[in-house]
Amino acid sequence: MVMRLAALFGALILGWAGPTAIGLDGSRAAELRIGITQFPSTLNPLIDSMLAKSYVLAMTRRPLTAYDQDWQLICMLCTELPTLENGLAVPETLADGEQGSAVTYQIHPEATWGDGAPVTSADAVFTWEVGRHPKTGVSDIEAFRRILSVEVVDDRTFTLHLDRITFDYNAFGLELLPAHIERARFEADPAAYRNRTAFDTEPANPGLAFGPYKVVELVSGSHIVLARNGTWWGAKPAFDRITVRVIENTAALEANLLSGAIDMIAGELGVTIDQALAFEKRHGARYDISYKPGLIYEHLDLNLDNPILADKRVRKALILALDREAVSERLFAGRQPVAHTSVSPLDWVHDPETPTYAYRPEAAKALLDEAGWTRIEDGIRHNAAGERLTLELMTTAGNRSRELVEQVLQSMWREVGIEVRIRNEPARVFFGETVTKRKFTGAAMFAWLSSPENTPRSTLRSDQVPSADNAWAGQNYTGFRNAEMDALIDAIEVELDRPKRKALWARLQRLYAEELPVIPLYWRANAYVLPKWLTGLRPTGHQGTTTLWIEEWQDGR
Amino acid sequence: MLTYVAQRLTESALVLLIMSFVVYGLIGLMPGDPIDIMVSSDPNMTPQDAARLRALYGLDRPIVERYLNWLGAALQGDFGYSRLHARPVLEVLLPRLGNTVLLMGLAFLLAFALALPAGVYAALRPRGVGDTAINLFAFAGISLPPFWLAILLIILFAVALGWLPAGGMAPSGAGLGVQVQYLLLPIATLTLATIGGILRFVRAATMEALRQDYVRTARAKGLSERQVVFGHVLRNAMIPVVTILALNFGALFSGALITETMFGYLGMGKAIYDAILGNDFNLALIGLLLATLTTLLANLAADLCYTWLDPRISFR
Repeated sequence: MVMRLAALFGALILGWAGPTAIGLDGSRAAELRIGITQFPSTLNPLIDSMLAKSYVLAMTRRPLTAYDQDWQLICMLCTELPTLENGLAVPETLADGEQGSAVTYQIHPEATWGDGAPVTSADAVFTWEVGRHPKTGVSDIEAFRRILSVEVVDDRTFTLHLDRITFDYNAFGLELLPAHIERARFEADPAAYRNRTAFDTEPANPGLAFGPYKVVELVSGSHIVLARNGTWWGAKPAFDRITVRVIENTAALEANLLSGAIDMIAGELGVTIDQALAFEKRHGARYDISYKPGLIYEHLDLNLDNPILADKRVRKALILALDREAVSERLFAGRQPVAHTSVSPLDWVHDPETPTYAYRPEAAKALLDEAGWTRIEDGIRHNAAGERLTLELMTTAGNRSRELVEQVLQSMWREVGIEVRIRNEPARVFFGETVTKRKFTGAAMFAWLSSPENTPRSTLRSDQVPSADNAWAGQNYTGFRNAEMDALIDAIEVELDRPKRKALWARLQRLYAEELPVIPLYWRANAYVLPKWLTGLRPTGHQGTTTLWIEEWQDGR
Repeated sequence: MLTYVAQRLTESALVLLIMSFVVYGLIGLMPGDPIDIMVSSDPNMTPQDAARLRALYGLDRPIVERYLNWLGAALQGDFGYSRLHARPVLEVLLPRLGNTVLLMGLAFLLAFALALPAGVYAALRPRGVGDTAINLFAFAGISLPPFWLAILLIILFAVALGWLPAGGMAPSGAGLGVQVQYLLLPIATLTLATIGGILRFVRAATMEALRQDYVRTARAKGLSERQVVFGHVLRNAMIPVVTILALNFGALFSGALITETMFGYLGMGKAIYDAILGNDFNLALIGLLLATLTTLLANLAADLCYTWLDPRISFR
């Protein structure tokens, strides 16, 4: 009787709506459901920098310029990339006698906001006004301060007057704001703009989008639904609707994929590499799983104020004692290649001649002997003063990949007589206090996310060492101070000649490898779990998300 | 009685005030601030950017000054904006509060409705087959980690059988049937996770009541077992059970973090957790104060219940 009642109840519930209504039917054509692990805190392009926001916005709008899948700078909203050669960029002398530049962009003639208003130079001027206003909460205000003025040439053409001329003079990924919607909100109270922006108060306003899609529904913390934007001038995208669902737990994310509640897991914000490898073993036949190493640089920052690590011989011994190829192969099936410098091999400025450190434990032992760590007791080296060769290794607690790597490193270093104590902390404490205030005493394992040809000013220049005196500003957490490195960074930024710049980059990489303020580990890869019917998605490997080319994705169902 | 209730409500207001300061202080004392987190993920942010944003968000001011500013605004009904959601705090919290009350309330009622008869049955037949089976079930419920239970249920009902959605919220405008489908697995997880504790408590309280003199007297008077259990045992056994239920009632409003995370359910638990980690002071504070308030009110209600359950108890 009880079983009968249960069966009846079940049938009633399950029959009530049918599978399509609850999203169990994975075969609905012309809709794509993407699973990601983070919800954007805002959709305003200028406020906060979050990968989830970039992922969604790339479908609804386009930056002025961007790096494409082949890492070439291209126009997205503009019609022609300004260069010194084509005359759209010209050096100019500023009022104070310094050298500046004038860079002219023409907005695509068909670019139109979703409500029918054209995208114009007025939007560029307004974006600059918002971006440079100190009270709007724009995170990267310095980029806007570099723009001294915006000159309107005509409705679709404007010139940025910049306070200097650097090699990246035309790489302005400016994200235009719709002045016809946002200006009144901004001018009413700039300090309250971040709370009043239509991107958050009316996210489904079509006037906020000019890309292939527009937002039609947003449920904070849950999902964002996008529909085709009729004013998009480019290729017609394959899907009528796209739903971006946020499932923060990666195990639940996998279960949702398997149950058909989502069609794919975004590589940018999805499962970790070890989860993807395990998933591939079990379900590889049903999905296309691809791995793209990119600009996420996993490394060990060494605290050079530690007397042990201040000795370059010890730093070299540390890297020579590590079999990083074995780590990459055994833990990540070779999907995350070994890093030899902070410059990605995919970047055009990467120098393949940079010295590398293969696994040579005997050479490591010799260097440690040379550095005075000769006496071995209980397998650990000591110096003449009787001090143990002990280092602390820290990373973010709960990050399974990093914790696995830590254990392997610990055992490899132990082989050459270096004792390593692991002390991990929650990410909140690790990044909020320990790393930023240089409270790690030995090595800190974490990653940097950069862009193509990103000069390491904030991480390697001497004046970027955080301290109480500079209110813990800067990201040179190792405390690396090297006059040649400072000069190289300064020279690279203003060198416009590509071959000359490449030579400077080569010297920078060589110096980095020689001085070893950081032990490079590997380039993290994004794992894309896609249905077999989805084609045209090309991972970039840099910070530009795959959704910047959403119109190239094809539905093969 | 009215004097007692008024006194308790005044005490509750004082506790809330103290809690607001403690919670604000604890969040403020956590290492780092939202700007540190932004800096660590964005190498392009300059020290000047960081300083400007700290000033903009008021993070450069002493914590007591920030608290007093917040309190002044809150007393005027302005609970501020959520930094993580870019919307007014109440606009973020109220829908989640509704979701949590629905999820936790149904799970709580179901757990209680199942635990009560099962606990009494087990107490009446200690060490019998039924008692052993019920105890086994209770301990399994207590021992199983909710995240693992959730994954098992998802794999079985969403992946293998394809009967229910693996998680998320019902689409806006969905019918009752669809909403029930989305709720079934989270409710099942929460019910199984909480039923064990309540069941063991009911069983222990009932066994204790069964040993009392008044039960022997009732039986000696020739009352049937049903009359003894429902008329005397259950009523007395309920007093400690009501205390436990009242303490658990606060969870109705503070949410179930693990279950909400596993099922992508938009409830209070996840909102408060994210707010604390993301230094969203306004959201975390109001969320935690709501949980505190409901716990205090539930305990007041429990105290009032005692007089109904046991007329010997009175308020002075």
